[in-house]
Amino acid sequence: MQIDETDRRILRHWLAEPGLERAALAERAGVTPATLWRRLDRLREGGVIRAETAVINWRALGYAVEVSLRFTLDKTNPRAFDEFIVAARDVPEVIAIETFLGRVDVRLNVIARDMGHWTGIYRDRILTLPHIAEVEALMLVSTIKETAGLAL
Amino acid sequence: MTGSVIDLDDTDRAILRALVADGTLSAGELGRRLGLSQPSAWRRVKRLEEAGVLAGLRVEVDREALGFGVTVFLGVKLATKGRVSLEDFERAVQAIPEVQVVQHVLGLFDYRLRVVARDLADFERVLRRRIMTLPGVGNVEANVLLTEERRPGPMGVAESVVKA
Repeated sequence: MQIDETDRRILRHWLAEPGLERAALAERAGVTPATLWRRLDRLREGGVIRAETAVINWRALGYAVEVSLRFTLDKTNPRAFDEFIVAARDVPEVIAIETFLGRVDVRLNVIARDMGHWTGIYRDRILTLPHIAEVEALMLVSTIKETAGLAL
Repeated sequence: MTGSVIDLDDTDRAILRALVADGTLSAGELGRRLGLSQPSAWRRVKRLEEAGVLAGLRVEVDREALGFGVTVFLGVKLATKGRVSLEDFERAVQAIPEVQVVQHVLGLFDYRLRVVARDLADFERVLRRRIMTLPGVGNVEANVLLTEERRPGPMGVAESVVKA
């Protein structure tokens, strides 16, 4: 679909601050509220806006530990990626699955209540996933910036 | 864990699951789906917001359709450490518009960055001009994102029970 300068301006402000009220967003993007609604509807229908989802703060639910696990898979097995991902989806504490081109094949974001809980998940649910050749853990200390903003 | 963590019942978890799928649902619509009155659904959402469990909306867009075809995760190791160098690095890296996420981590790297660019040539420009020139930056590893999938997390499904 065609995306013009007005669409870009709306998306630039919205992605930078998704919590903005519609009226404030219209003002910032320099359009009327009616235009804003029409444009957002069009962007949704055209598939440019895919979803608006709630962000869960797992720390507030008692999940104090977040780990980024980087896997290299045994690629001699052509089904390694598929089978690994299907099995990873079964672990409730996995909150994101990403695949890569590079030294890392797959990354899982895993949460746990505390270090004891983490150790158990790691031993019983992660190391038992299929086709792992190598795994490295990065323990999250803090998130300094997190935005979906694009330099539109 | 700590006493400040709120307890959720099945209805709260159902509300979270619904909002993670569609964050724009009104209290009325949530109520209809879950068999609650509108005020009761509203009160529950309010409580989850106040406890910090619902932490805002995320807008997901087709980045490629907007001209951003490449997403790269960078692992960055600092060459020099210490409080001052961490602060200098963090201040400078946050100001780069192509950097969407900055996380301080422990392990093989000190920071994880998520970088969006128009294409590989644009990414190379960001890497050379913006990232490699950051104060204190040492070793950098890049992995190009192919697919990403968010999972609902331990919400309503049985969480892993850890053997003692």
